[in-house]
Amino acid sequence: MRYESPQSVDDAIGLLANGGAGARVMAGGTDLLVQLRSGMLEPELVVDIKQIEETRVITEESGGFRVGAAVAGAELNEHPRLPKIWPGVAEAFDLIGSVQIQGRATMGGNLCNASPAADSVPGMIAAGAIATVAGPKGRRELPVEDVCTGPGRTSLGSGEFIVSFFLPERPARSGDAYLRFIPRTEMDIAVVGAGVSLTLDESGVVAAARVALGAVAPTAMLVQDCSSALVGTSLDDVALQALSAAASAACNPINDKRGTIEYRTKVAGVIAQRTAKIAYSRAKGE
Amino acid sequence: MARHHITTHINGDEVEFLCDTEQTLLDVLRDELHLTGTKEGCATGDCGACSVTVDGRLVCSCLMLGVELEGKQVSTIEGMADGERLHPLQSKFIEHAALQCGICTPGVLVAAKSLLERNPDPTEIEVRFWLAGNLCRCTGYDKIVRAVLDAAADMRGAAA
Repeated sequence: MRYESPQSVDDAIGLLANGGAGARVMAGGTDLLVQLRSGMLEPELVVDIKQIEETRVITEESGGFRVGAAVAGAELNEHPRLPKIWPGVAEAFDLIGSVQIQGRATMGGNLCNASPAADSVPGMIAAGAIATVAGPKGRRELPVEDVCTGPGRTSLGSGEFIVSFFLPERPARSGDAYLRFIPRTEMDIAVVGAGVSLTLDESGVVAAARVALGAVAPTAMLVQDCSSALVGTSLDDVALQALSAAASAACNPINDKRGTIEYRTKVAGVIAQRTAKIAYSRAKGE
Repeated sequence: MARHHITTHINGDEVEFLCDTEQTLLDVLRDELHLTGTKEGCATGDCGACSVTVDGRLVCSCLMLGVELEGKQVSTIEGMADGERLHPLQSKFIEHAALQCGICTPGVLVAAKSLLERNPDPTEIEVRFWLAGNLCRCTGYDKIVRAVLDAAADMRGAAA
């Protein structure tokens, strides 16, 4: 196995394109090193993207934020402004692993590892985050919900990698939140995760909504029917029931040691409701 | 494949070593530098026994490659005591009997030190959450938490 730590995006693209299927991108390495050690992956080349300045910084851009793909969770949560503007994105990332993992794990890695249960992904999808993908044909913008195509699989082509994410400007009267269900209080993998981002009108009615679910399908997903259930309501009981029904209807989960299909389907509705309530109260400035 | 020549800092000293690409920071510490205070538990980032700090950040040394160390500042359990004088956390772990088999202890101490550097006056809940990534199968954690809180109080007293 070869190790390269290029200083520029173009150098990284060249290495990845030449390496083809034998090349892997490394950001924080918290998933990759486990896969290397277990023999699950045997790449010929590991391309560490952390020496590329652009992947390591958070900058304010067009009223929103650009977050480098290799920014660690702890760095994101220590940013003076981002967690206040996008608390759902920040709290989702903060749920990943221990303090030790937070020091290394990155948004780009959490997404591209393509686990259906990745905690930061529903938060980013709800926020409308856009990934900037660099590759041999230049750069393209890809909504986060379009990156993963199945467990361990992404839509990125040969030589492509995610450089950064754009979190858009937050409209007035907006709030976001992320909750996950696990059978313990820390250090576990989501049985169900839900990210919700809401924008209210001046009378407190939901004007725009994005709802994303994780761990209940092959990929985290944006659920349009959940959004529709909330728009035009003040999150009354009828709207919450409709949200819950839409969330459960969208589920296509697996049975495993963490939960059965029936259990995950039921809990998805409950967690979507609870998350929506938090996002709503944040949008109202409570 | 030639081995990588890396120059780094460990516990304040400049250190050079050779390593293979596949070797983790934990492998380098134990097998190349013979700093065996850092323990291997799970080797998958779940147990925290291999905790060290790199550029001031608490990490699992099993989840970092040795080749990533060029120009970094690493702190391990070997750098915790000042010669024969134990760090207050180490003294309090002995006083409170906060260890039994001891395999998790270096990692717990390094993690606790990292907490107290950021937050000299943590609550019990803050201690428990910070140490959630350090598994101990002997103590039931209570004595560990009490030792950390007691050490924090002592260190605040000494600083005042």
